[in-house]
This record gives sequence, structure tokens and C-alpha cells, in this order.
Amino acid sequence: MAHIQLKNISKKFGNHTALTGLDLDIADGEFFVLLGETGAGKTTTLRMIAGLEKPSEGQVFIDGVDVADWGAAERDVALVLQQYSLYPRYTVRENLEFPLRPKIRRLPDAEISDRVARAARTLRIEHLLDRKTDRLSGGEMQRVSIGRAIVRKPRVFLMDEPLSALDAKLREALRTELKNLQMQLGATFLFVTHDQIEAMSMGDKVGVLNHGRIVQTGTPHEIYNNPRDTYVASFVGSPPMNLIDGKLVDNRAVMAPLNFELPLPGGARTSGATDGRPLVFGIRPEDVYLENGAPVEARVHDVENHGVEKILTLRVGDAMLRATVPARTDVEIEQPVRFAWNPDKVVLFDKSSGINLRHAG
Amino acid sequence: MATAVMTTLDPNSRSAARGMSDLTIRNLFIIPTIVFLIVFNIFPLLYSLGYSFTDFRASSPAPANFVGLQNYRELLNDPFIWSNFAITAKYVIVSVVGQVIVGFGVALLLNRDIPLKGLLTTLLLLPMMLSMAVVGLFWKLLYDPSFGIINYTLGLASFEWLSNPDMALYAVAITDIWMWSPFVMLLSLAGLSAVPKHLYEAAAIDRAGSFYTFFRITLPLVAPILMIAIIFRTMEAFKTFDLAYILTSQPTTEVISIRLYKMAFQEWQTGRSCALAYIVLIMILAITNIYVKYLNKVKER
Repeated sequence: MAHIQLKNISKKFGNHTALTGLDLDIADGEFFVLLGETGAGKTTTLRMIAGLEKPSEGQVFIDGVDVADWGAAERDVALVLQQYSLYPRYTVRENLEFPLRPKIRRLPDAEISDRVARAARTLRIEHLLDRKTDRLSGGEMQRVSIGRAIVRKPRVFLMDEPLSALDAKLREALRTELKNLQMQLGATFLFVTHDQIEAMSMGDKVGVLNHGRIVQTGTPHEIYNNPRDTYVASFVGSPPMNLIDGKLVDNRAVMAPLNFELPLPGGARTSGATDGRPLVFGIRPEDVYLENGAPVEARVHDVENHGVEKILTLRVGDAMLRATVPARTDVEIEQPVRFAWNPDKVVLFDKSSGINLRHAG
Repeated sequence: MATAVMTTLDPNSRSAARGMSDLTIRNLFIIPTIVFLIVFNIFPLLYSLGYSFTDFRASSPAPANFVGLQNYRELLNDPFIWSNFAITAKYVIVSVVGQVIVGFGVALLLNRDIPLKGLLTTLLLLPMMLSMAVVGLFWKLLYDPSFGIINYTLGLASFEWLSNPDMALYAVAITDIWMWSPFVMLLSLAGLSAVPKHLYEAAAIDRAGSFYTFFRITLPLVAPILMIAIIFRTMEAFKTFDLAYILTSQPTTEVISIRLYKMAFQEWQTGRSCALAYIVLIMILAITNIYVKYLNKVKER
């Protein structure tokens, strides 16, 4: 198990800059999720830790040792890829044995079969051991590929979107399994995904990556409730946080182009939130609620029924606002409703930089 | 399928205007090929099968007498014929093994990011595109004991490549290896580049050494296509005629097709040579079948 540190990493592919000044610190035994859109540089980061890619600048440390000159084999990491990378023409058992068989670090046969059996039991693929890998379903293949990682007892597990090729039900099941596995092994995991639900549900810590830069690192709770800027606010959460332009006037949020206002007592206490400064008000859909006699009137533009709840799109003037309401709320499209927000949950961003005022301070 | 094609014939097309149905058009394309095949392949094949049971000589006006299996019996009991087969076998093994080693080796060298890879590959393919006769003639010059460049470069003085009975067959095989290794290389290169890169990365992560990776990943994945190259080359080498005929006339290089040629067109034993041709055909079919069986096994694995 290991502690991983990236210091000021940059990576260029020709003229294209994939990563800029990346700093990352993954504690021993931590489940760290790197979250970002396609092309944000997540996979590049992972491959650099694995030793498949060399950084253009900066250093990678594993347990405090600079591993710049180490190859993939010496770094002793396991990598699980989205495309499984099972060795074709071999059975599941042979695939699991593969990392244990090379002559140089050949383990005794008893040890090999013991480890394979244990990995198979953990992942519940014992009945598949003698099957060829091309006769497996996607979920089974992914388990085998995870199994190939765990038989070796590597120092770090690197996972590159291992679940994104699976269907929704299986993804959910494997999500829980992976998290359990990590706790069971007490291993350091670096998990890369573009799926914010995976990030929130699995990570001890989440790093949000945007255009090759880490925007914010923190616990899922911090990322969700106190996003560092409007990018994180709109990327994390489904539906995303509502972002409305406006300014603060006498403890009220006055939405500039839309001409509605909501009370925000104590809003001025946030440093830098002076009256009249152009701001963006962020509010999660679940903190917007419908109430008779609430301050603002809107029309219901759209209703999405999710079973446990309904996501309403409210129209105020030209702006759309999402609100999560209990499923039993009875609304119809175009029905006028009144809504308010939970002022304690409002996040203030600077209009021009998009930075959360609490972080800027 | 056929009906679907029929219905899609555009009623305004010129073929339709000429009153041709799809069936007519299909026949127009297929019949010439079939006629050609029958006239130049199937008919001689069957006709020579008939001759192989006679004592027919194309050089004499005497009518052919049916002799039954006599030709086959005599040929299969002829120790000289068997020595021709032994020479052929030796030649096939040396030349095919050489081609696989050289061709696959060069393919491994080329299967990476190197500058001018495309140009290099094309240049390496050149020998394959030359005519057998041309290759034979200029290798004869290269092998020449007094002014040949091979002896000059290797410092072998006047080493006899082609008139030395022990060396001549190897000299022919070397020429064949030079000419046909590119073929094996081309197919191997196709196989090698089809091995997904992420498998190599996974193997590197799994701490597999380069030998282990080669034998456990590269070779099994390239094996089927390499097998196909070997089948083609074995068949070709088995019926080699021109190279051996042009390069040398040693008794030790008298491969089976040369024997066949002499029997048919120098000794004019037409009936007998037809029988020998059939024996060769059956042998090639048998060998190919063994390979194909093995290929299927490799593919299945």
C-alpha cells in the first residue's frame, strides 16, 4: 500500500497540453476519485502514475520516492482499463495467473492457486475459472480484469473508467462491490471517471479535473456543498446546481436581468460579498422549494418524474430553474407556482472569475 | 437474397431497357470465368487423369494403350523418384523455416514507430515483385565463383555455390528466402499490428518480461496469420521449378517439379508424367490439409 504524490506535473502531446501544473496527494489506503469530462486529462494522469507515460515536467512520488526512472513493472501498480484488456485465447484462470507466472518472480504453484482462488471468491467468478475469456459477459470480464489486479497485491490500484462500458444495473452493483473490496483490502485506489455519481458514491476524496488542471480536491460532501467555482458547481450533481446572475442588496439577492429577488439574510457576512458587486448565486435544486406565499412566482416548464422525487423546471421570465420536490407534489405544466430557497445553502460566486467567494477569501 | 436483388433493378436503367433481367446480367459476369476455368483447368486436369493410366507419348503417333495402375506402381517403386521427393522435402523445410525466421524477425523490427516505416516496408517488398526468372538469373551472377559479389563480400575466394553438389540446394533455398521472406513479413506485420496495444500495456503493468510477453501474447495472437503464410509458402516451395532450374542443374537440386518437367518434355513419357503430377498433387493436398487442420486448432485455442 502506498502514498502517492504528484508535484507540478505537466504533460504535452506535441502542441496539445494535456495537463498543467498538476498537484495531487493521495493518502495511503484512500479511495481517490479523479472526476472530469472526456479529455480533461484523467487517463493521462493515471498512465503517468502507472509509468506508461512520462510527464513533460514535474515529479511522481510513490511512498516518497521519485519514480521518474522506474518502469511500469517496478512501480508495482495494478491498472484496470475500460476495455478490460484480458489476454485473449486464455481461460479466466490463466488470465488471473498471468501476473504471477513470469519466471523472474515465479511464486510456488500452491501460492498461485491459493491467490487465484481467493481472488475468484472475492469477485464471485469461481464458476468461470475454466471458461475462455471471449465467452464472458461485460460484467464478468471486468471482474476478471479486477481479479487480475488483486491477485498481485500491488501497492496501488489504478482504475480507468472500469464501469463505464457496463449497463446501469451492473454498474451500480459493481460500484458497491469495488468500494467494499477497497475497504477489505485497505488498498490505495485511484479511480478515474466522468460519472459524478460514481465519484460521489465511492470516493473518500474527489479531485475535479478541468482542462488539465485540478479545480478542486475534497471530500464528496465538500465538493457538493461548497464547490470552488461555477464549473464544479455545474459539473457535480444531477441535476446541476442552479446558477443565477444577480447582486446583493440589503440582505436580498436581486437577480439582475430577471427582476426577481429572494431574501438572503446574512449574505453580506461572506467576505467580499459587498452590496452591488456582480455575483452568481448558486442553489442546489433540492434547496429550492415550492410554497404558497413564497416570494417569487414561476411557471412549471417541465416535470421529470424520477419515482422517489420529481424534478421540476421552473420558468421565471426567460430563465430556467430546477427544483427537486417530493414525488407526491401535484403539479402540471404551465401551472403557476411560488417558490423560495433555503438561504443557508446559497453559494456565492464572483461573476467575472466564477470563484466561490468563500474559497477566494 | 436473389429475389431482393431482382426487385432492386432500376426499371429505368439501360439494362432494363435492353430487356435484361438480373439473372442475365449475373450470367454475363459468371459464365466467362466458368468457361475459362473449365477449358484451362478442369478439362486438362481430368484429361491428364485419363492419360495417367496409359502409356501415351505425345512425341509419337502411336495410339495410347490403357495400362491401369502400372505408371503409379512403377513411379512409387522408383528409388530415384523418392530421392527427388527427399530433395524437395529438404528444400521446403530449409526455405520455409528460413522465410519464417527472416520474415517474422523483420516484421518484429518494423512493428514500432520508426521514421520512414512506410518507405522501408515498400522497399523490403521489392524482391517479391520480381519475376522468378529474373531473380534466378541475377542470383546466378551474385553466386558466381570468380566475379560474384557474394564471394567478394564474404571473402570466400572462389567458393562454388552452385556447382558444389552439397551447397547448391542451399543456394537455391537462400535465393528463395531472399525473394519470399517479404511475403511472410507482410502477413506477420498485419498480424502484429492487429495485436491491441493495451494488451502490451496490461502485460507491462503485470510485470511480464519481454520474452514472456512475446510467447504468451504476441505469438499466440499472430499464430493464425503466420500459419496462413506458412501454408502458402510450403505449397509454393513444394512446386518450385523456375528458381532451381535456372540457377543450377545439379542432381542434388533436382526437385520433384524438375523431374516432372524432364519426364514430360525431355523424355516424352506423357502418360507416366501425368501419373507423377497426380502423385505430387495429392501430396500437396495432404500437406495443406494437415496445415489447415492445425490452423483451425490454433484459431480455436
